[in-house]
Amino acid sequence: MDQLYREQILEHYKRPHNFGPLEDFDLEFEDSNPFCGDEQHVRIKLSDDDRVAEVRFEGSGCAISTAATSLLSDELEGLSREELLRLDKDFVLELLGIEISATRMKCALLGLKVVKGAGLGQPADWEDEGEEGDPAEFQSSGI
Amino acid sequence: MQTATSAPALPRSLAEIRAEFPILSRQVHEQPIAYLDNGGTAQKPLAVLETLDRFNRTSNANVHRGVHTLSEEATRLYEGARATVARHIGAEQREVVFTRNVTGAINLVAGAWGRANVGAGDRVAVTEMEHHSNVVPWYLLAREAGAELDWVSITDDGRIDQDSLAATLERGPKLLAVAHVSNVLGTINPIPEIARLAHDAGALLLVDGAQAAPKLHLDVAELGADFYGFTGHKLYGPTGVGVLWGRRELLEEMGPYEGGGSMIHKVTKETITWADVPARFEAGTPPIAEAVGLAAAVDWVEELGLDGVHAHETELTDYALERLAEVPGLRVFGPPPGDDRAGILSFELEGVHAHDVSEILDRHAVAVRAGHHCAQVLMERLGVAATTRASFAVYNTREEVDRLIDGLLDARRVFQL
Repeated sequence: MDQLYREQILEHYKRPHNFGPLEDFDLEFEDSNPFCGDEQHVRIKLSDDDRVAEVRFEGSGCAISTAATSLLSDELEGLSREELLRLDKDFVLELLGIEISATRMKCALLGLKVVKGAGLGQPADWEDEGEEGDPAEFQSSGI
Repeated sequence: MQTATSAPALPRSLAEIRAEFPILSRQVHEQPIAYLDNGGTAQKPLAVLETLDRFNRTSNANVHRGVHTLSEEATRLYEGARATVARHIGAEQREVVFTRNVTGAINLVAGAWGRANVGAGDRVAVTEMEHHSNVVPWYLLAREAGAELDWVSITDDGRIDQDSLAATLERGPKLLAVAHVSNVLGTINPIPEIARLAHDAGALLLVDGAQAAPKLHLDVAELGADFYGFTGHKLYGPTGVGVLWGRRELLEEMGPYEGGGSMIHKVTKETITWADVPARFEAGTPPIAEAVGLAAAVDWVEELGLDGVHAHETELTDYALERLAEVPGLRVFGPPPGDDRAGILSFELEGVHAHDVSEILDRHAVAVRAGHHCAQVLMERLGVAATTRASFAVYNTREEVDRLIDGLLDARRVFQL
């Protein structure tokens, strides 16, 4: 069977989890992949103790970006904002469980970037290698 | 009565032409490559590769500087390249400026002509089908000058909307910037007619010929534009060199764009005077080997005959459109087959994102472009985030079109459609 487009990826692409609008939210962010123009918009409702209570995302994307964000969205409930910002590339790649080539890395990481952007309230860095903006900068800026 | 018109033929067989491109024998994923990303960059024939190699091995020196033999030789070849390009487009040599690419050519006009001629409250117009290289320089100019940027709409079948063009020109733009051939839709815009309309409205016309130069015979007098830009690497030549053609009186009126060596007449502590055109616009060491390589590409394509190249690509495009119609859920953008359709096909496959289409086609060693094609305003107009684009060159074959179709059908299988 196809390694990249295996059943689980296609399933999340065709029927993404937590997909759609969210009327009542506390955090939101929208960003795009500069290579293909794909956009994702994420909205997060926080609980009284400031943890993720509900996540919804919208946008158009390829199988990889949609599946990655869908898989990621399943993991966010109960996380504090700090924990949200500590999520990293490896976490997403592990969720995907497939090998991602350099040309598709931004597809895989768009959702993570948008989720962290929502947590930060400003654009988060791409975490693919060779890009400007080392994730280490995050930490040094006190996040 | 029907008249049988036979399309101009190529002087050599397709197999012979393909044999001139070493890269076409390359294998990708253990299959021969089907290179259908010529709108991105075209491959280079031996005539170009050997010219580049020969120049670097035997004649390399800086130009317009030394009086030693190599420098004289390099200068002669570089200026010879200018003469070749000028002859190719029916221009005077001094009207041909070497730039780094089309982007460089358009930025030069926006910078040198635009800053002097576009002021607060003025207007500049572009169309919805422009590549970002023919949008962003005008946006920057408008922002700096306090001018307005107007957009000419396109029709649903991917042509310039004549009513919108008329309405835009009525507002009196200083300049209209338009692609000769759309890099997404393949539309061939009627430049002579647009030039007449622009001039009647008192606007200058700049044409982005990036996609047209490898496909169409160009004659600047027939086209009637004021500025025309194209790039070497889409015309079977090297990257790093492009051409700006400008009407002589316009170029002569223009001040410099970038400052540096070669573009001055005399420099003192008090004043600087500018070199004559085209040197005025070629600050610093130019792309010498690349210009010489471009001239080799121009000679090569002239020998082949652009009418024959275009006829071959049109035949392939018609065949591809016919076969693409067999793929369920596939929608092609741009005009239907006809005289205003060049060999560039953008499409959307329902249920499979352009990136995934491209990924799966790559497994079949079919190289296409996926994405927004640096035309995000057009993507918005088409209502898509991205498209997949197959773009032809003279060396492409029907068999490669068949492999494209097989790959698309496989994409549907992979996505269980």
